[in-house]
Amino acid sequence: MSGSERLTLALTGIAKLRRGRRIDVLFRWMTEVFAWAVLLVLGAIVIELLRDSWPAFSRFGFGFFTSSAWNPVTDDYGAASSILGTLVTSFIAILLAVPISFGIALFLTELAPLWLRRPVGIAVELLAGIPSIIYGIWGLFIFAPWFADNVQIKLTDYLGGLPVVGTLFQGPPIGLGWAVAGLVLTIMIIPFIAAVMRDVFELVPTTLKESAYALGSTRWEVIRHIVLPYTSVGVIGGIMLGLGRALGETMAVTFVVGNAHDVHASLFMPGNTIASTIANEFTEATSLPHRSALIALGLILFVITFIVLALAKLLLMRLERAQGQKA
Amino acid sequence: MSVSRLWSAVAGAGLALMIAAPAGAAPVKQITGAGSTFAYPLYSAWADHYAKRTGIELNYQSIGSGGGIRQIEARTVDFGATDAPLTAKQLKQHGLVQFPTAMGGVIPTINVPGIKPGQLALNGRVLADIFLGKITKWDAPAIKKLNPGLHLPDLRITVVHRSDGSGTTFIFTDYLAKVSPEWKSTVGFGKAVNWPSSGNVGGKGNEGVAAYVQRIRGAIGYNEYAYVLQNHMNYADMINRDGRRVAPTAGNFAAAAANADWKHAPGYYLLLTDQPGAKSWPITGATFVLVPARPAHPDNIKTVLKFFHWGFTKGKRIAESLDYIPMPHSVVRMIENTWHQEIKYHGHSLWK
Repeated sequence: MSGSERLTLALTGIAKLRRGRRIDVLFRWMTEVFAWAVLLVLGAIVIELLRDSWPAFSRFGFGFFTSSAWNPVTDDYGAASSILGTLVTSFIAILLAVPISFGIALFLTELAPLWLRRPVGIAVELLAGIPSIIYGIWGLFIFAPWFADNVQIKLTDYLGGLPVVGTLFQGPPIGLGWAVAGLVLTIMIIPFIAAVMRDVFELVPTTLKESAYALGSTRWEVIRHIVLPYTSVGVIGGIMLGLGRALGETMAVTFVVGNAHDVHASLFMPGNTIASTIANEFTEATSLPHRSALIALGLILFVITFIVLALAKLLLMRLERAQGQKA
Repeated sequence: MSVSRLWSAVAGAGLALMIAAPAGAAPVKQITGAGSTFAYPLYSAWADHYAKRTGIELNYQSIGSGGGIRQIEARTVDFGATDAPLTAKQLKQHGLVQFPTAMGGVIPTINVPGIKPGQLALNGRVLADIFLGKITKWDAPAIKKLNPGLHLPDLRITVVHRSDGSGTTFIFTDYLAKVSPEWKSTVGFGKAVNWPSSGNVGGKGNEGVAAYVQRIRGAIGYNEYAYVLQNHMNYADMINRDGRRVAPTAGNFAAAAANADWKHAPGYYLLLTDQPGAKSWPITGATFVLVPARPAHPDNIKTVLKFFHWGFTKGKRIAESLDYIPMPHSVVRMIENTWHQEIKYHGHSLWK
C-alpha cells in the first residue's frame, strides 16, 4: 500500500466520522424539538383554555364554582354539579378499583399456578382495550336495569331510612346516577391499574422475596414488607393512571349518569360530570356565555387532573424520603 | 350504508378535484352542508337520489344545529341546517338567508303499564305541569279528568328529556311556554333548558331518550315522530288549541302547517306549535337551511338551491316515505321567490 493510498483511506475514515457526528447532532436536535413540541402544545392548550373561558369567569366570578345553576335560556351557569359529579364518581371508582386490582395483580404474580398466569393476564389487558362506548351501552342496557332491580331497591330499603347516611341511598329506582356511573368506571379502570401493578410486582427480584421467605416470613409479610415498598412508585403511578382515566371518561359516563344538572346528596339520583356536560352540550352551544362556560369546565377538569398528579408526585417524594431515612 | 355513502362522497370529491384542476372553473361536483341531526336522514336520502340523476354529491355532516350555524357563519360549508330558526336580526347580522325544508312533529312518549299507544290523552297545561314537577303521579286528578274510564296506576312519573342541546327540545319547550305561563316565566324555551322537576333524567339524542323511556316504568319523554314510528314506541294523544283530541299522524302535522302564516314571518321565523285548527297536532316544527345572502362562491350556492328545488318538487315522495312532512306547494313558491330576491352575486340574482 502506497502512502497516498493510506492517506485517502484515512481521509475517507475521517469523512465517515464527520458524517456520523453530523447525523448525531441532527438526531439530537430532532429529539429535542419533539420534546419541546410537547411543552409547546401543552402551553398552547392552557393559553387557549384561559382565553376562551375568560368570558365565563369574568361574568360569573367565583360564584361559577359554587353555583348549581345551569340555565341556557337565561345564560346563567355554574360548575358545582359537574365538579361534584366528577369527584364523586371518580372517588367511588378508585375506592373500589384499587383493592380489586391489587388482588388481581397479587394473584397473577404470587399465587396463581404458572399455566394460568398468561391467559388471565392477557384477558385483563384485553379488557383495557375495549372502547368506552361499549362500556356505556352495556351499562345502560344491561347493568343499570339489573342494578336498579336487584341492588338499589334493597339498599334503599335497608339503608335509606338511616339518619344522615340514609339520604345517600334514596332516589328513584331507575339505575341512573352517580352510583352506577362510579361502578361502570370501576370496571373500566381495573384493567389499567391491575396491569401496571402486575408489571411492577414482577420486577421485584426473586432473591429478595426468597430471602424473606427463608427468614420465615409469611406470604402476607413478604407482600407487605418486600413487594409493596419495592414497587410503591409503580403502584401509585398505576392508581394515578386509573384516576386520570376516571376523571376524564366521557362516553360511558354520559350513558349512565342521568345527565341532570342537580346538586344532591344521593348516589342514586341522576347527576352529571364535567366531561359528560361538555360532550352533551358543546355541539349546540351557540351563545358566547354557554360556550365559554363549557370551556371553563374543561379548564377546571384540566386543573383537577393537574392537582391529582401533583399530589401523587408529592406523595411519592415523601415516600422516597421516608425510605431514605429508614435505610 | 353510511360507509358506502362516505366512500362515494370521497370518490366524488376526488373525481371533482381531478376534473376541476386543469379546467379551472369546471361545474360544481360537490356541495357541502352541516348541522341538524333531525334533517340528516332526509338530506342524505335526497342526496343519494340526486347524485344518481345529476352526479352532484352532497357532503352533509350531521353535527347538530348549533354546529351547523357556527359553520355557516364561518362560511366553511355551502349551507347550514338548523331546527331552531334564527331570528331576522341574527340573519341580517351574519348575512344569511333562511328557509324551511321539511316539517315534523314531536310526540310525548310514555311508559305506563297497562296503557297502549294512543289510549292516553294529555293537554298542554297538564303536560307542562308534569314537566314542571307539579304533577308527580300517573293517577293524579288532572290526568284522570282528561281520561275518564282509563285505569291509571298509582305510579311515580319520571321526566325524561334530551341532555344534548337539540331542535326537538326547542320545539317542545316552545310549545310548553305557549300553553303554560308558569313554564314561560320559570323555564322559558330553547335548545337546552334548566329542567325544573326533581329526579329528571337526561338522555343523549333521540335514541337516549327512547331508551330511558322504554326502560323506566312511569317515564314520560318526547321524541321526533319518525323515531316514535320506526321504534314502535308508546305515545300519548294531545288535546289541541281547539279542544279536540288529535293523534300524531302525518295528516295532523300537515294540518298544523297549513294554518301557519309563513307570509308574515320575516326570515321564515315561525314555530308551528299550538296552531289553530280542529286537526292540528299542537307540537309541530320545521327544519331550516341557511345560505349566505352574498356568496363568495356563487356556483356552489346555485347548486345548493338547485338541490333543494329538486327536493321540494321531485323529493316529496322520499320525504313522506321517511315520515317527514314536505313543504306545501304555496310555501315552496314563496321560498323560491325569496331566493330570487335576496341571494345575489354582484347585484345579480342567483335564482331566476
